[in-house]
Amino acid sequence: MIHARGLTKRFGPTVAVRELSFEVRPGTVTGFLGPNGSGKSTTMRLIMGLDAPDAGTATIGGRAYQQLRWPLREVGVMLDARGFHPGRSARGHLAALAASNDIPRSRVDEVLGIVGLQDAARRRAGTFSLGMAQRLGVATALLGDPGVLMLDEPVNGLDPEGIRWIRKLLIGMAGEGRTVFVSSHLISEMELMAEQLIVIGGGRLLASAPVRELASRAGSLEEAFFGLTDDAVEYRSSEASQS
Amino acid sequence: MSQAVLERTARLPRGRSGFPQAVRMESVKVSTLRSTWWISALTLAGTIGLAIVVLRYYPSHWSHMSRADKASFDPVNDGFTGLALAQLLMAAFGVLAITSEYSGGMIRSTLAAMPRRRTMLAAKAAVIGAFALVVGEIAAFGAFFAGQLVLTSPVPHATLGQPGVARAVLLAGAYLGLMALIGVGIGAIVRRSAAAVAVIAGLIFVLPPITLALPDSVQHSVQRFLPEIIAENSLTAVKPVAYSLSAWTGLGMLCLYAAVLLGAGGWLLARRDA
Repeated sequence: MIHARGLTKRFGPTVAVRELSFEVRPGTVTGFLGPNGSGKSTTMRLIMGLDAPDAGTATIGGRAYQQLRWPLREVGVMLDARGFHPGRSARGHLAALAASNDIPRSRVDEVLGIVGLQDAARRRAGTFSLGMAQRLGVATALLGDPGVLMLDEPVNGLDPEGIRWIRKLLIGMAGEGRTVFVSSHLISEMELMAEQLIVIGGGRLLASAPVRELASRAGSLEEAFFGLTDDAVEYRSSEASQS
Repeated sequence: MSQAVLERTARLPRGRSGFPQAVRMESVKVSTLRSTWWISALTLAGTIGLAIVVLRYYPSHWSHMSRADKASFDPVNDGFTGLALAQLLMAAFGVLAITSEYSGGMIRSTLAAMPRRRTMLAAKAAVIGAFALVVGEIAAFGAFFAGQLVLTSPVPHATLGQPGVARAVLLAGAYLGLMALIGVGIGAIVRRSAAAVAVIAGLIFVLPPITLALPDSVQHSVQRFLPEIIAENSLTAVKPVAYSLSAWTGLGMLCLYAAVLLGAGGWLLARRDA
């Protein structure tokens, strides 16, 4: 369970995320949908404590990320595809992270097998294609067999077969009772993968509802999305003209 | 919460991940980068190689040297010319241990695994410092023994049993370990590889000549606190050098520099967005 309460983050004069509150529940895939620059990545960085919020809190299973006893065994995160040192092999990268949370070494080869990188395990990760880097990112998230998964744009750079693979993987993970939180700017992909949807625009919460409900309200999920984000854009421009 | 989630929570080991786990992570990181091995090899080759090159000069020229030059000849200290190169390599090794995580996205994975940042930095400093100390001691003893072999009669050579010699060799190695720690501290403060290496190079190559512009009296009191001068005139000197700190005071100063830089680095690391 991920819980955000009143999250606000400013970068200089811009407000990246404002008073954002939502809940991500276990057992389903929750999509995090919003246009580019709407604050999805910033929200995820706030949840895992990479950035400090200016206001509000984010908790995972009731605790702030820094308070987790075994972070990698509790939460698996993939923020972007290049979360590794380019000079280290995929296996070395995973072995280092495994050591940090007392995860058995055998799990490294296990997750390399799950993401299909067993043949590239010894190669320097800097030589990986975007698709392979993405798979290494997924392997990193799965390393601690965590109950919560949080992935930022995981289908980026994957071919159709890879997209299908990650969709099945994440739906399967949710089916096992895990909390799965996945961001994307691709409406069609969210429709196929997610049951629940959190929609943000301009750093604000626009909707938090089941995908089916949003789609039936507006005729299609795409219509629903543009209906929501148009309002957000209008709201922002009227605010700008007032100041 | 579903049954599966409850079972998973129950499966978590007791305790929590902390300093020992962070040390293991940093050890795996150091051992799985090729740059670790070539930077260590260069350090050894530079320190030992320059000891041989520099000391080889003396046996053939000894008879032509002045009495004053003969008197000031220190077979231990003069063999550590290679420290000038090695200090830069080991400081860069310390810098890169942290800045290379920022130039890629590794820092995010590191902080996901070890979100308590000061614990992470302490573990990194412990591992990098210990590794550089071992490399430093091998380089120092290697340079000493190789150098003394080259010093054939009539040039006097040193043995470890002579007063101050073992201390000079040990502290030459310790100096390299401390320079790596200073590198980690500067890396944590500056975060960018090029800028941090530039700070180190400035400290080593630019600061000493700048002090030459000062009046003599000020110069003498300032220069002895510079890391490179401490290494040359305090740590590795067997014959006392004028206007210099004692070996142990010099060592204390370097420890203080490392502690202050690491402390500042940890303070900033905990406060800044990653």
